[in-house]
Amino acid sequence: MERIPILRMGNLLLVTIQVDLYDRLAETLEADLVQMINKSGAQGVLIDISAVSIIDSFMGRIIGNIAMMSKILDAETVVVGMQPAVAITLVELGLPLKGVHSALNVERGMVLLQKKISVKETGDVEEDGYSE
Amino acid sequence: MVILNKEQMVIIREVDVIPFRNRIKEYAVKIGMSLVNQTKIITAASELARNMLKYAKGGKVSIEILNRGRENGIRLIFKDEGPGIGDINMAMKDGFSTGRSLGLGLPGTKRLVSEFEIQSELGKGTTVIVTKWKNG
Repeated sequence: MERIPILRMGNLLLVTIQVDLYDRLAETLEADLVQMINKSGAQGVLIDISAVSIIDSFMGRIIGNIAMMSKILDAETVVVGMQPAVAITLVELGLPLKGVHSALNVERGMVLLQKKISVKETGDVEEDGYSE
Repeated sequence: MVILNKEQMVIIREVDVIPFRNRIKEYAVKIGMSLVNQTKIITAASELARNMLKYAKGGKVSIEILNRGRENGIRLIFKDEGPGIGDINMAMKDGFSTGRSLGLGLPGTKRLVSEFEIQSELGKGTTVIVTKWKNG
C-alpha cells in the first residue's frame, strides 16, 4: 500500500507530501502520524504541502484532524508551503483550516514550531496566542 | 455554444479520481485557464467525484470543452445511478450532511464554479452539471 513517509528530526516529525493525495492515502497518513507522535514523543509536526496542488474538503478535514489530534497528544502542528491557488480555493470552499498553524515555508515553519515548543516548556508566555 | 471536445470517464474506485483530476488539468491548461481557476474546477470535480463514490458507488463523468464567443470553458457532467437526493434544497445548505462529513461538498462546490445545476430523482440517481469558464 502506498504511504507518505514521516521523518524524525530531533523532537520534530517532518512530512513532505510529494504525491497526489487521495482519501485513503490521507487517512493512512493521519493514522501513521498520530501513532508516530505517540511512539516517538515528538513535540512538533511539520507538514510540507508545497507540492500539493489540490486540497478539497476531505483532505482539508484530515489536516485539521491531524492538528487537533497532535494537540491532544501534546504536539504542535504547522502546515507550510501552501500554494496561493490552494489557499484561495480552500477559503471559497468554506474551509479556512481553523486552528491549524501555518507558515510560508519550511524554514519559517521550523522557527514557529521551535518557538511554540520552547514557550510551552518554559511557560513564560501565556498559551493560546491564537484564536480558535 | 459549441462543444469542441467530449470525453467520458468512469469513476468507481477512489484511485480513479487521480487520473480524472489530471485529465481536467490537461484540458484546463490547454484552454489557457489561470492557475486559480484550474485549482477551483479540479477541487470542485474532486468533491463531486467523492460524493458519487460515497453515495452512489460511483458513476460516469463527461468532460466537455465548450466555446462561447471568445471564451472557452470546461463542463463536467456527473451522472450516477445512486439513491438520489431527497431534499436538494437541504443538500445545498452549508453544513448539512447525511454522511459523516462537514457538509461543504455541494454548496462549497457551487461557489467554486461558474454554473451549477443539479437534478435528482429518488431511486433513480443524480446528475450534477458544473461549468467553469476560462475567465469566470
